[in-house]
Amino acid sequence: MNERLTPFLWLLFSAGGTVAALLFPVHVFLVALAFPLGALPAPSYEALHGLVQHPLVRIYIFVLISLPLFHWAHRFRYTLYDGLQLYHLTNLIAVLCYGAALAGTAATAYVLLTLTR
Amino acid sequence: MASTITLAVTRYRPEEEAEPTVETYTVPFRKDWVVLDALNHIKDHQDGTLSYRWSCRMGVCGSCGMMVNGSPKLTCAAFLSDYAPGPVRVEPLQFFPIVRDLIVDIGEFLHKLKKVKPWIVRAEEQPLSEGEYLQTPDEVDAYKAFSMCINCMLCYSACPIVGLESHFTGPAAIALAQRYNLDSRDQGASGRVEILSDHEGMWGCTFVGDCSRVCPKNVDPAAAIQQYKLTTAVDTLKSWLLPRGSR
Ligand code: SF4
Ligand code: FES
Repeated sequence: MNERLTPFLWLLFSAGGTVAALLFPVHVFLVALAFPLGALPAPSYEALHGLVQHPLVRIYIFVLISLPLFHWAHRFRYTLYDGLQLYHLTNLIAVLCYGAALAGTAATAYVLLTLTR
Repeated sequence: MASTITLAVTRYRPEEEAEPTVETYTVPFRKDWVVLDALNHIKDHQDGTLSYRWSCRMGVCGSCGMMVNGSPKLTCAAFLSDYAPGPVRVEPLQFFPIVRDLIVDIGEFLHKLKKVKPWIVRAEEQPLSEGEYLQTPDEVDAYKAFSMCINCMLCYSACPIVGLESHFTGPAAIALAQRYNLDSRDQGASGRVEILSDHEGMWGCTFVGDCSRVCPKNVDPAAAIQQYKLTTAVDTLKSWLLPRGSR
């Protein structure tokens, strides 16, 4: 792996970790517990659809999905590399992991940009 | 309370045996005894050939580190009563080559320490007539915790990356580099970052955190390494984004 990219990938990794640690619990609580259990009134599809029309909400969703993907990529890369000791596959592993995060990021961007009214 | 306790101690006499073996010894069990006291008792009363390092008996010299029941410990601070009823397994620090019995080869570790230039680097020394380099208490606090390391190497024995990749510079040495980077008198940070910005340096660390857990001096090498990564990553990003002059 290109050593020059490492600091950048690590920054994405730590930013993703921070996002996942701070924001995921809120979403998990709302979507997986509060709404289905009726503790809070679940918003309607139309209301949510209206919400994502706002550019700031789209940026928020983009960050919420993309950065943790890079967090996963970095962790999973080292889990395979150190954990399973697949040293000979180091480049392939890196390309697959960060590639998957890039693909997920691109897909998120595509969905968010092409959302219709 | 039992009056004796058994120790299963690794023995390795390279002139006699090809592989390390285990020998058991039974010693008096006393509440105020640490594992090192038990080893000294064995050496004084049972087998004078047992070899191990120690000096201060008070957690200062850093020479008595061994694996006790599988965890890296200062044996002068590991109370027998915490391991009762035994047997207590005493082995040389893992991930180091064994020289003899409980003594490991620290040559590579010393080489790694030296590699990070653990001294105050100055572009230009100020003349003696100007007196010493003064520091405020805040400037001392910036690096103080990282300067408490006694080079006991427990963190190396705890670190799975050290176990997997023997060239990894390792917790204590990277924390030591950070100790000097954070010292207001030092100007050597850019030189150190060149040495440590690779997979054998800070980027080899995957933040398992066991180094900080076993450190008897609360140095928190894991925190030092993550701080170091953050500074390096931000500096690298700046060097990509900003024109030379404004860095
Ligand atoms: S950082 Fe802690 S565990 Fe590591 S060598 Fe220094 S004192 Fe020992
Ligand atoms: S004998 Fe000095 S630290 Fe244990």
